[in-house]
Amino acid sequence: MHSAIARTIRRGAAALAVAAAFSPLAAHAWEPTKTVEFIVPAGTGGGADQMARMIQGIVQKNNLMTQPLVVINKSGGAGAEGFLDVKGSNRNPHKIIISLSNLFTTPLATGVPFSWKDMTPVSMLALDEFVLWVNAKAPYDDVKGYLAALKAASGDQVFKMGGTGSKQEDQIITAAIEQKTGAKFIYVPYKGGGDVAAQLVGGHVTSSVNNPIEAVSQWRAGELKPLCVFDNQRLPYKEPIASGKSWADIPTCKEAGLDIEYLMLRGIFMPPGASKDQTDYFVDLFKRVRATPEWQEFMQKGAFNTTALTGPEYAAWLAKAEGTHKDLMEKAGFVAK
Amino acid sequence: MEALTSLIGGFGVLADPMNIVYMFVGITLGVLIGVLPGLGGANGVAILLPLTFSMTPVSAIIMLSSIYWGALFGGAITSILFNIPGEPWSVATTFDGHPMAQKGKAGEALTGAFTGSFIGAFFAVLLITFLAPVIAKFALQFGPAEFFAVYLLTFCAFVGMGREPAAKVIAAMMLGFALAAVGIDTVTGQLRMTFGSVELLRGFDFLVAVIGLFGVGEILLTMEEGLAFKGKSAAINLKVVVNTWKQLPKYWVGCLRSAIVGCWMGVTPGGATPASFMSYGLAKKFSKNGRNFGKGELEGVVMPEVAAHAAGTSALLPMLTLGIPGSPTAAVLLGGLLIWGLQPGPLLFVEQKDFVWGLIASIYLGNIAGLIVVLTTVPIFAAILRIPFSVIAPIILVICAVGAYTVHNAGLDIAVMLVFGVIGYLFKKLQYPLAPLVLALVLGDMAESSFRQAMLVSQGHLSIFWSNPLVGSIVTLALVMLIWPLVSMVLARFKAHGSKPAAAE
Amino acid sequence: MNSETGHSGQNEKTVTNRTMDVVVALIFMGVSALVMSDSWRVGASWAADGPQAGYFPFYVGLIMFIASAVTLVQNFVTRHPDLGNFVDRTQLVSVMQVLVPTVAYVGLIFILGIYLASAVFIAFFMWWLGKYSPARIIPVAVGVPLALFVMFEIWFLVPLPKGPLETALGY
Repeated sequence: MHSAIARTIRRGAAALAVAAAFSPLAAHAWEPTKTVEFIVPAGTGGGADQMARMIQGIVQKNNLMTQPLVVINKSGGAGAEGFLDVKGSNRNPHKIIISLSNLFTTPLATGVPFSWKDMTPVSMLALDEFVLWVNAKAPYDDVKGYLAALKAASGDQVFKMGGTGSKQEDQIITAAIEQKTGAKFIYVPYKGGGDVAAQLVGGHVTSSVNNPIEAVSQWRAGELKPLCVFDNQRLPYKEPIASGKSWADIPTCKEAGLDIEYLMLRGIFMPPGASKDQTDYFVDLFKRVRATPEWQEFMQKGAFNTTALTGPEYAAWLAKAEGTHKDLMEKAGFVAK
Repeated sequence: MEALTSLIGGFGVLADPMNIVYMFVGITLGVLIGVLPGLGGANGVAILLPLTFSMTPVSAIIMLSSIYWGALFGGAITSILFNIPGEPWSVATTFDGHPMAQKGKAGEALTGAFTGSFIGAFFAVLLITFLAPVIAKFALQFGPAEFFAVYLLTFCAFVGMGREPAAKVIAAMMLGFALAAVGIDTVTGQLRMTFGSVELLRGFDFLVAVIGLFGVGEILLTMEEGLAFKGKSAAINLKVVVNTWKQLPKYWVGCLRSAIVGCWMGVTPGGATPASFMSYGLAKKFSKNGRNFGKGELEGVVMPEVAAHAAGTSALLPMLTLGIPGSPTAAVLLGGLLIWGLQPGPLLFVEQKDFVWGLIASIYLGNIAGLIVVLTTVPIFAAILRIPFSVIAPIILVICAVGAYTVHNAGLDIAVMLVFGVIGYLFKKLQYPLAPLVLALVLGDMAESSFRQAMLVSQGHLSIFWSNPLVGSIVTLALVMLIWPLVSMVLARFKAHGSKPAAAE
Repeated sequence: MNSETGHSGQNEKTVTNRTMDVVVALIFMGVSALVMSDSWRVGASWAADGPQAGYFPFYVGLIMFIASAVTLVQNFVTRHPDLGNFVDRTQLVSVMQVLVPTVAYVGLIFILGIYLASAVFIAFFMWWLGKYSPARIIPVAVGVPLALFVMFEIWFLVPLPKGPLETALGY
């Protein structure tokens, strides 16, 4: 499912969504009999929370479920609280959780015991991209210039990388850049992606690896500029954003000479012991959510990678991602003893 | 004036009667959310966000921001009546609000709080209307070092020599800092003081602690003195409102100072809670009645409310212009903007004129509507104090339990709240002050992480706190504030030379 | 407010303010020790790039320890120890009248869910301390949890702890 589709498909999708809303719901072998709790292992206002509330709104507006869907934040211990709650809710089909990279990073960094294998994977919704941003006033316009300046910097001029949280995705990417180039960063952890973007605009840090949606408004306003995207192919969104450039014009970091790839999972899990019928219900639900025009527009605004997997492919992806995280974090020395 | 014509355009957007209906619905819900401890503006907005999906963005933001105004107003109600802060920023309101209610002046306290809120909001919205771009630039100046300086200033402004023994003040404050450090450390990602417990991963939430220390603790203290609330004789008619208003003009200097503090803290994301503490502390230091603070001074109720509401309102400014949330509620509203298909950021004012000016106009109208709604309820709320203790006490305890649970959806927090209730009772009896504990608990975490971020940036050099005029002057001001009580105490000693040292209360 | 010794007869004696003060100071010192030891574990020194994770908590613990030690010593060396009664017996009984049912209530929440436990708690409190008749008790005891239920579960969609009754009713 590749995604530049935006407008052309949007109309078709709208028709589809309307049809879904008015036609009787497809018969399911199992349906929720009470309120379904939608756990967010992060605080209110973050990327995962936004997506969960977006889904809640789409479900509500298009009547995709007969029972209410309720978003609950359990952000304690870098998300460990939420995952442990789901892990401990054996055979409870009225609970789902949306994941972010902390599914892999938190157990490694803190030693709190949980992994994706403790839960029932349902469906991948999308992958969040990471882009290397610098202040628009920076003297370089491409990765080559950036890397040259990075290596040349010393003393007070050492590059400061702003990021969200500690030993999580942003710092992992930072460590990966250090490993590839041999240069050193000062990594400064902040609470949220919006703060990081603002700190970059204010010149308090030198660069960031913000998600597209966190920094796009500053790009449009000419305050920040993107250097490269940490994916294996360019983004498909061709609509111009700032000074004639679109997401599709940003080179991948690999083609720009910085061979690093990192994507963040936005996926859904159920507690352990969920039956096939129960997971099928939610797989189908999220398939319909993804078909709505609201979702399509959200994907485009946030320049998401719209890869969506289920079943064995999803499990295979998870196993691979877990291995990659373990490897990256071990090399960076982020694993709790 | 360009801003003025845009504003008139904004009022045009509001002329749609449905938008006015949404506004009143939002405010009423907001007051309710504000009254219920645990449910905050951020929860209220987040919960109703999906509902707004089928509205136009303007109607949606009007309803959601009205919930926010309602919550800002409503937080004061339980603080004054039962000593339970409905919202974090109304903790400072309890310091004088509840003693006023105990003296039978609940009506005056409520009126003062509501009117103060309104004044703060009005000041902030004027600022948004006319100075938005300038202010946004100012907010960008704030890096980690500046944030730390602001927290330090809040601390130094608030902390003064109280009536309690110094060793106990220090112990209580340190306990607050220690509790704030429990959980995950944001700078290194290490777990601190969790001792392998899953429940401790969450750390100790400020609200849970406060509901216990103030709310439950107060009920225990009340029980000790017999089965009754004091202040049953509260006058409960609207004349109280007018009489309170007559007293307010003489506090205009303090109101202005609090509004400035509030706007500043709202724009540079310090938030409404530090703003209310700082403003209370400043008022206590500079007011002629400063000595009576804590015993039921109207001024001590009005000032933190002015600052809290000014901060809450001006927190929308960095959200709209920079895309950074100035408060948790603003963070959720920010998510809302994205869901409705709007892009917050520097271009919003240019590209979405209707939306931005509709919102600004709704701040004016929403706060006027809010003031009317809450003022008419003053008699109703004051009348709650007449309900017999054996009926209202269990209801309050139930609401405390619900509040403690909803903060993090955690059952154990109810038990934690109860423990804090007992601690609150013991501390009150042994003259350990609660305010420094609470302030340390709410600010400790933020102050520590911004200090350590600053240290990362400077690679361990403290000189960063004097590295530019902005941070240097805030830090210096903070240190002056800290020494101020000592200086004035020495002066007072000189004056009072010969007279007996102050007798125990 | 503390030493209302004026009317306390011999039988009203519980413990002195000094004893309580000493006990609380000792608890404080225990907590400080705990804080310091765990902070030491995560690292409490000033590294090249600023303080480590345990730096501030460690010194917070240390200051708390010293301050409590001062309180402790003051209680013993002072010439006018506060030997007033910490709490009168009758007062203690009234406090316990609230505290014990509240502890039981919190326990019940984990078993029965918050709604049923609240109904029981309110009813018990009104009957025991207020001596109300059932005609007065029942509307309040049922009405408050019901209002909370409507507000949280239906209106705001915030699930509160539920027990067997709610499960039986399909929630």
